[in-house]
Amino acid sequence: MANENKSVWVSISFWRRSAAWVTGFASILLIWLTFDTLGQISMGTDEDLKSGITKRVPGPTVINYHIDYKMSEKRGHEVPVIGEKELFFGKEWSKEEAAKLLHLGKLTSQAKNCMNCHTLLGNGAYYAPDLTKAWLDPAWQNGGPLQGITGKNTVEEAMAEFLQHPSRYPTHARMMPNLGITAEEAKGLVAFLKHMSSIDTNGFPRNFSQSADRIKGGTHAH
Amino acid sequence: MLTSIKTNEFAGNESKKLAMMYFRVAIILFGAQLLMGLIAAIQFLAPGFLFELFDFSVARMVHINALVVWMLYAMIGSVYYMLSDETGIETVHIGIGKLAFWVLTAAVTVVVLVYIFVQVGSGTEATIWLINEGREYLEAPRWADIGIVVVVLTFYWNVFATYMKGQKTGIMTVMVANLMALAGLYLAGMFFTDNISMDQYWWWWVIHLWVEATWEVFVGTLAAYALIKIIDAKREIVEMWLWIEVLMLFGSGILGLGHHYFWIGTPEYWWEIGALFSALEPVPLVAMFVHVLYDWGKEQGIAKAEGKPGSVMNNGPAMAWIVTNAFGNFLGAGIWGFFHTLPQVNIYTHGTQFTAAHGHLAFFGAYATILIGMMYMGIQGAYGIERMKATFKSKMAISLITFGVLGMTVALTIAGYEQVLVERADLGASWNAFFTAQNLPWYVQAQLWRTIMGVLTFVGFVYLVWDLLTIGKSKAD
Repeated sequence: MANENKSVWVSISFWRRSAAWVTGFASILLIWLTFDTLGQISMGTDEDLKSGITKRVPGPTVINYHIDYKMSEKRGHEVPVIGEKELFFGKEWSKEEAAKLLHLGKLTSQAKNCMNCHTLLGNGAYYAPDLTKAWLDPAWQNGGPLQGITGKNTVEEAMAEFLQHPSRYPTHARMMPNLGITAEEAKGLVAFLKHMSSIDTNGFPRNFSQSADRIKGGTHAH
Repeated sequence: MLTSIKTNEFAGNESKKLAMMYFRVAIILFGAQLLMGLIAAIQFLAPGFLFELFDFSVARMVHINALVVWMLYAMIGSVYYMLSDETGIETVHIGIGKLAFWVLTAAVTVVVLVYIFVQVGSGTEATIWLINEGREYLEAPRWADIGIVVVVLTFYWNVFATYMKGQKTGIMTVMVANLMALAGLYLAGMFFTDNISMDQYWWWWVIHLWVEATWEVFVGTLAAYALIKIIDAKREIVEMWLWIEVLMLFGSGILGLGHHYFWIGTPEYWWEIGALFSALEPVPLVAMFVHVLYDWGKEQGIAKAEGKPGSVMNNGPAMAWIVTNAFGNFLGAGIWGFFHTLPQVNIYTHGTQFTAAHGHLAFFGAYATILIGMMYMGIQGAYGIERMKATFKSKMAISLITFGVLGMTVALTIAGYEQVLVERADLGASWNAFFTAQNLPWYVQAQLWRTIMGVLTFVGFVYLVWDLLTIGKSKAD
């Protein structure tokens, strides 16, 4: 068969070699891009935050700062803006404390299976709201309905109270179940949510702060 | 699927018997998947249903995990089924294969029981190790992760050793290389990190590179094998197409990973890479579709030219499922995937019911169909039936299931469309925007239709099981 005068297009060995080369090339490109991306998405440090260096994923001490989400004319979409110092649960968290709290929060988000109702960064289930920018959501701000029903005065306290007794504060017929979240775990979860809201998601979700302006009670549209 | 009345029992072929063990568990888990899906669908309509007893998160977790696990079972079964035909020898370590089967089944049972009865744990490492990891599709606790890796490696070693000892067909070469990638990728999802962007980056290495690369190639090898067995397609032609498919599937699928990296904190260059390569992803699916129909038509023509009466096809139900696979893969993975793969669209559709619509049709069209086809081939082999024709039950099964899944897909697409317009484009994805969109009549009606179509799918499943239990016996008589 090898000596037969047939077209390369019907030659098995030609396609086998092409398949191997294309697969190899795509894999190498993916690995190379992965190295670059991992560098860009690794967490920043406390020093970065202090000196105003923007990272795609800031360090855990970002919980000590005011976070906003604003339109960037240059990039054509909204970006997280890290502002002034802001107390979190009434205190400023050291590097170690903040890291520990974020660790607890991320762990709890997995232990309580949040992703099988909510979406995080748009991934997960679609039964409950997306949590990517939940920290900035107008509902939790001063004057928002969720801060109102929990009777708390700050975003973090309102969120923590809700997480511990979700079915006590229904906002919709579809309620969040009581998952036995302790006070400490709730703090961790709120830190995790605040940290997530500071991640640069290339403008996802689209129009988030614009709508916050239109729905009364929003604070993050200015 | 019944063991008691087999007339042939594969004439002592142990790999095929082992394959049937996997198929049996697969079909049970398929049923569990559908039941959990029904519970979750009802909860969309009646949120109080099983509230704080068996919440949506639990139903949904078991729904998607049963899906992945039944497919893995059916895949392993399919490999064992074709192994002796392709290599020309018996699987080398059949005893170890059986042991691995029982270990895996015991582990899966424990994991599911824990999911159902324990559900969640405290925010500690112990939960991740013992209860669940809470990472969509990869919820298996870490002890089970490690166990699964051991079992899969045992399986892989068995296949590899048999391949090395026997003859090395093109189909088997692709299979062995592909299984190595499939097994290796699971490791990318087995660590914990506080950085959610990093978490999602590697999570997609497992989920995307499985589903949109290695599983697709896997399906290609099954289709190639099945066409040779069912319609006696020429091996040379089938294998040439298989290599073309590998080229295109990996050529588009590996970098198509980029379409999951638009919004998780990763750099913007993924927009272009993801858009380009994921737009190419449907191409091989068209090729696969053409391939199946072309081969079938050609073989029919040859049969006619040789003066043989009618069809040369020797397994009607299996062929019907494989043709459905060609259509379903193209429609579900190709068209429904392409709908929302470009970043300009995806910024609005990401994380809405659009994704659910695509997911339902793609998993069904690309994977469920051909794996069910392989089960029918198993029945044919078990009873030694020369030509197996579809029964009324076979026809009811395939039409009800296919119609049901298509119906669910259309309903979810409508829900997603409404969600995109109202929640995303107009109101901007806040808490309030989400619930506003969930309450609108179009959305609620779509969820109602999804549930009705889900029930229809379940009826089709009942027919399928009934058929698998009886078709062999009635044909062998």
